[in-house]
Amino acid sequence: MIFNEIYSAYYNTVAKILAEILKGNTSEKNLNKIISENAFGESILNILPSLKNEKWQIVRSDLTTPIKHMPTMPLTTVQKQWLKAISQDPRIKLFDFKINGLEDTEPLFSPDDYVIYDKYSDGDPYDDEKYIAHFRTILKAMQNKQSIKIEMTNRKGRTVCTRCAAERLEYSEKDDKFRLVTSGCHFIRTINIARITKCSIYNGEAVLQSGAPETDYDYITLKVSKERNTLERCMLHFAHFEKRAEKNDGHYFLHIKFDKNDEPEMVIRVLSFGPTVEVVGSESFKKLIIDKLICQKNCGLL
Amino acid sequence: MSSYKELIKNFEKIRAYMRDFYVYGFKNRNDYDKKSSRTYDDERRRMESWLGEHMGFVMTPEGKNIFISIDSRVSKHNPFYKALKSKSFTDGDITLHFILFDILYSPEIILSLPEILEKIDGYLRGFETPMVFDESTVRKKLKEYTEQGIIIAEKSAKRMMYRRVKDLDLPDITDALNFYSEVAPCGIIGSFLLDKEDKTTDNFSFKHHYITSAMDSDVLAMLFTAMRKKSAVTVMNMSRRSNEPRRNRIIPLRIFISVQNGRQHLLAYQPDFNVIKSFRIDYLSDVRIEEATPRFDELRATLDRMQTKMWGVIVKRGRYGKEKYEHVDFTVKISNSEEHIVRRLNREKRIGTVTKIDDNTYRFSADVYDTNEMIPWLRTFICRITELNFSNKAIERQFKSDIEAMYRMYGIEGAAK
Repeated sequence: MIFNEIYSAYYNTVAKILAEILKGNTSEKNLNKIISENAFGESILNILPSLKNEKWQIVRSDLTTPIKHMPTMPLTTVQKQWLKAISQDPRIKLFDFKINGLEDTEPLFSPDDYVIYDKYSDGDPYDDEKYIAHFRTILKAMQNKQSIKIEMTNRKGRTVCTRCAAERLEYSEKDDKFRLVTSGCHFIRTINIARITKCSIYNGEAVLQSGAPETDYDYITLKVSKERNTLERCMLHFAHFEKRAEKNDGHYFLHIKFDKNDEPEMVIRVLSFGPTVEVVGSESFKKLIIDKLICQKNCGLL
Repeated sequence: MSSYKELIKNFEKIRAYMRDFYVYGFKNRNDYDKKSSRTYDDERRRMESWLGEHMGFVMTPEGKNIFISIDSRVSKHNPFYKALKSKSFTDGDITLHFILFDILYSPEIILSLPEILEKIDGYLRGFETPMVFDESTVRKKLKEYTEQGIIIAEKSAKRMMYRRVKDLDLPDITDALNFYSEVAPCGIIGSFLLDKEDKTTDNFSFKHHYITSAMDSDVLAMLFTAMRKKSAVTVMNMSRRSNEPRRNRIIPLRIFISVQNGRQHLLAYQPDFNVIKSFRIDYLSDVRIEEATPRFDELRATLDRMQTKMWGVIVKRGRYGKEKYEHVDFTVKISNSEEHIVRRLNREKRIGTVTKIDDNTYRFSADVYDTNEMIPWLRTFICRITELNFSNKAIERQFKSDIEAMYRMYGIEGAAK
């Protein structure tokens, strides 16, 4: 259904090569560039030779083609069904467009066909007109590489104003929230979109230094037991980080690199595994776990 | 002896390798004893070709461990989608594909099979050794494309006529595609749509983003299709308890996606045992859609009701099919500056209630099918749990002994309170 050659990197690359040839750009260097940008590491050994050797008879050995029109393929049924399905998602209102022609298409899935059962319940208000307007302004600023002016309520309830460059919108599936990652403002790095009270394009003269802010990383090493299927659960749980695992003397170790700002969250994620995951590094992270356990001793539970 | 090819015919073969390299990453060549070493080398080479920049290795006394490491917060597009764009094809397939869509370049062009065949010959005439396509090959390809919804076949005066489907007039939806290709189920389809665009704006990044579900896209799409048709399916299931996959006949009811543990489950009704149970989607393969079932709506309504007692994906029934619930409550203390803990309790609880006992004490209570599923969440409140009351006393004892084990593990058994 989905694993089909019509969606393959090879078909897409060949379509782009044909388009270049039809435009009169037949330099092999250029065609190989298209291959390295659109296909895989070793595709360069297959695609152009297959065309030039006339194995695939759409380009002749002299790099001319009998194809007369720019290659196009209509959307498949499953592509239309998927578009119809996402058009039923509440977040679609954040994007300012309407697709015509899907009226008779059955969606691939409806919101009732799946549930994200462990996302937090205080997600962003996707139906709120102001929220939608702020989101669209930010998106427009990013598209046009413009700066923005934002007024927001911070965690302490105070109103804060800033001018900044919008670098990217970061979405957390667990929190169901969008955060704006900014640059050019030294005191605010990320802003929860839901906290914004006013947002407009900034056309003032102040030059805002753009460029994604550097992330400050930290590292931990976990010793993971095989007991209670922890090995599989833990490896999958932390799979989305840059990480490395090793097996040493019958023990499993997982080294994880994470954003230092997320340290409190990492502490409780590690704690959630109980005694089958032990922090063996760093010492400072281990101390945070120990502090939590010492506090627990004070609770009189045992 | 077959020679190595970058493209593959069957995705199932590499699905398990990719998962192992990404999720585990500590296995070496000798750990893959089920398959031949040539298979291992070929699959590893393919992955390097698709995901080169994300692959690494470490040398250990047991050998070289290959792993895939991806920080999905940095990578704006799921790298595993590349693997789903690696389907092999024949020389004839690709030749025919581009010629057919060039012949039928506009929806107004309507041709019969003999007319198409004649035109194909015209395209191939200039080649040194022109390919020859017979009528049945071209008819088969057109049928395949009709099933994909990109060609329309209609009878006219007893002759089958073919034309391309009129394409949608899509507005600029790049931003939406960038977003939904990562967060929506079967997001790979959004990635296929992005491949058709020249724009490469990347305005989104993703936190807490599990990407292994990409490898299950085909299975998921088939299950959704079955649910839309309210149909039963048969599916191969590799259970954790057996080494060989078994074919099950089930009625798919809903997909349960976790954004905290990276797993996706199917909740389905299994008629042979008269139960609704969960199946891990990464263990499923070869989904075959059967006939529609009149029981679909009734079963889904049952699942709706059950969800009010489910913390995760487990549903328990006792003997004679009677549902069994367990009671859980626990109390946490908070200091005056820790209002965020109360917010955490409220936003993170999926079922149950949070009650204020006094200014510094809150209680969570719920009836659930499986207390065990709730334990990892409960442990995130370690440092403030003052009371526990589980109807399942074995789990309550286990929870407490685990805390003692953690005290021992970190050498704080004797630490001052």
